[in-house]
Amino acid sequence: MHATKQTHDFEPKIVAFVCTWCTYAGADLAGTSRLQYPANVRLVKFPCTGRIDPLFILRAFQKGADGVLVSGCHPGDCHYMAGNFHARRRFAAFRKLLEFIGVNLSRLEFSWVSAAEAGKWVEVVTTLTERVREMGPMPEFKDLELEEQWSGVLSTPEMAATYRSI
Amino acid sequence: MSRIGVFVCHCGENIARTVDVEKVAAAAARLPGVVFATDYKYMCSDPGQNRLKKAVAEHRLDGVVVAACSPRMHEKTFRSAARAAGLNPFLCEMANIREHCSWVHEDRAEATAKASDIVRMMVARTKKDNRLAPISVQVTKRSLVIGGGIAGIQAALDIADAGHQVVLVEREPSLGGHMAMLSETFPTLDCSQCIMTPKMVDVANHPNITLHTYAELETVEGYIGNFQVTVRKKAKSVVEAKCTGCGVCSTKCPQKKIPNSFDRDLGMRPAIYAPFPQAVPNTPVIDREHCTKFISGKCGVCQKVCGPGAIDYDQQDELIVEPVGAIVVATGFELYDIGRKPEGSAIKGYGEYGYGTIPDVIDGLTFERLASASGPTGGKIERPSDGKEPKEVVFIQCVGSRAPQKGISYCSKVCCMYTAKHTVLYKHKVHDGQAYVFFMDARTPGKNYDEFWRRAVEEEEALYLRGMVSRLYQRGDKVVVVGSDVLSGSQVEIEADLVVLATAVQARGGADTLAQKLGISYDKYNFYSEAHAKLKPVECATAGIFLAGACQGPKDIPETVSQASAAAAKVMTLFAKDQMEREPVIARVDERRCAACFACRKVCPYGAVAEKAIRDRQGKLLRTVASVNDGVCGGCGTCQATCPSKSIELDGYTDEQIDAMIEAL
Repeated sequence: MHATKQTHDFEPKIVAFVCTWCTYAGADLAGTSRLQYPANVRLVKFPCTGRIDPLFILRAFQKGADGVLVSGCHPGDCHYMAGNFHARRRFAAFRKLLEFIGVNLSRLEFSWVSAAEAGKWVEVVTTLTERVREMGPMPEFKDLELEEQWSGVLSTPEMAATYRSI
Repeated sequence: MSRIGVFVCHCGENIARTVDVEKVAAAAARLPGVVFATDYKYMCSDPGQNRLKKAVAEHRLDGVVVAACSPRMHEKTFRSAARAAGLNPFLCEMANIREHCSWVHEDRAEATAKASDIVRMMVARTKKDNRLAPISVQVTKRSLVIGGGIAGIQAALDIADAGHQVVLVEREPSLGGHMAMLSETFPTLDCSQCIMTPKMVDVANHPNITLHTYAELETVEGYIGNFQVTVRKKAKSVVEAKCTGCGVCSTKCPQKKIPNSFDRDLGMRPAIYAPFPQAVPNTPVIDREHCTKFISGKCGVCQKVCGPGAIDYDQQDELIVEPVGAIVVATGFELYDIGRKPEGSAIKGYGEYGYGTIPDVIDGLTFERLASASGPTGGKIERPSDGKEPKEVVFIQCVGSRAPQKGISYCSKVCCMYTAKHTVLYKHKVHDGQAYVFFMDARTPGKNYDEFWRRAVEEEEALYLRGMVSRLYQRGDKVVVVGSDVLSGSQVEIEADLVVLATAVQARGGADTLAQKLGISYDKYNFYSEAHAKLKPVECATAGIFLAGACQGPKDIPETVSQASAAAAKVMTLFAKDQMEREPVIARVDERRCAACFACRKVCPYGAVAEKAIRDRQGKLLRTVASVNDGVCGGCGTCQATCPSKSIELDGYTDEQIDAMIEAL
């Protein structure tokens, strides 16, 4: 007998930037092991966490993500020897910047999930999804995105009214 | 406008059970740029692939998305199908709706929605895909084998017999490894030396094998087909070319009180020594730490007595650079030592067994040396404390192994069998002796293994007691063994003359350092990880590096030899072609935009970025830009994320492709 499925008012959108060698393979293993986790996560595969430009994280928030996960090989296990070290340093600095511009850092998670750690993958995804669900949608960047697409300054009352009416 | 085709696979029921595939295909058909979308039971089957090929031709597709399993499973399959249909294979992408969707979610509506999202993201990405051509690189048909035990020897001989050059590096002064230390081997009781030493000689005499003993790997650069390895050949203080191996130096050396590690410190050796009489090469080395000449500057006896004048006290370590195309790692194992472990270590020592302070408590390998005809006692079983022949010997299995509370959860695999062998060897040498074995389970899977174990119990009268030993302590000249026999439900106390511990097989000390040099991964016990537990047990995840023997996990000799030959076969497969194709995922520099800050060079783990001069027709230097060496680039893309002017792009993972995916969220 299946447990009754809990329904939520808000389903957050989680984007995971993962490296192909460790975390992508770990997520594959979660599948082969038939583990279950919330269906909120969408994966974007990279060769290495070193390839992940912090701008992608900003863009993901802008395009509707409520939470972002970056995950790669454990330090020392990088397929490319040092890519994840660069990523770690880059994101340590980037977190500070995000905090400075007012993003709640609980929406962002960095973790190391190896190709063998299917359980950890499930745990990381589930924790982040539940945490972001509690926090609710992230409107700031989406508003920004709308303004950007407007491609103009909302200087006149007419424009502002039109913008609000969309 | 793109003309993308989407193929949604049912994977039998694997996907279709939780994902409404028809709905996914219908949703895909409505995406801009998609001109064809369908679903099919088994896309990877021959008819499935034919559908794809037919659709490419009929609808003049310029991109294909196969929504099915993980690309790690079938990307190659579908890319070849795309290629056969005349499409550039890199315009074919896979949307992983099995491992990342249907298998991990139960709710049909949720899973279907997620599958549609995944397909939408992959369609967006595919529209930005570029035509790429695979890169051919030259293969250096020479192989490096690290470790000169039975695994390394077998791999080296197989590769060399196939006609390829092999460089074999061994840390000790002689080949042989652990197998040369064994007395006899289970289950046939073949003399280990008799089957091992001829192979050692074969290696030394093989025209295709370059042997570096007393040498270690210093650095590794490059990639599959084109590694550059540097080997540090430690100074032997003996010129190999001159030495005849007569052994006079060892006989005359006045310093003879150094514990011989080959005999597990039971016997003594001089300061200039070959580890054992059958050593290959039999060139001795000077142990500079213990040699009087190196300590005080006096002595020099060996130099005086050496006829050919081979002794050279001023010899220096030598660094040798070898270009190789493949690497076989065969560094073997070491035994768990029950002594005290540093504070905070995950591995605990055995305080209840006296932390290794009781002289008549030895490990299995030490017993091998006692039983070996070439050992310190000439094959007589004599206990270390007083040289008496032990009449009651207690063997304890699973010391360290299968004991998560002591830090190791795995089974060491060989101990059940070698303990049975020890009881047999003991009975053959001490007829009136009694062997007791404390065991958890007797694990004997292997050809003729269980028969051998039964023989030990039934014919050689080893008394097997199922239970653990809680304590060992010295009483007079006896070692008291306190344990339990769970089958009779009683406490047992045995006054033993000798106790032999079947201690756990562990990864070599420094295995992690070597793994980092090679760029291969290892597990939490420092055993090296294979690329796939079932289907790639010999390959490392790092292309061009293969594993053989106990460096990957506990193994017995036949398994080690099989894996070594398998690793050799993998190397030969690689060497069967002059050129090899590699994925064209490499970084390219936009020279017009590059500001020559060389941040990319600083972060490149491969050293693939070089300076390139741009000159005018007169040869006048206009400016310098970064340039990526195709052959050396590993394709991690760290440079692209680092470049401040966005003038370096990784083929296959361009900003456009990633942004398109994010845009389609």
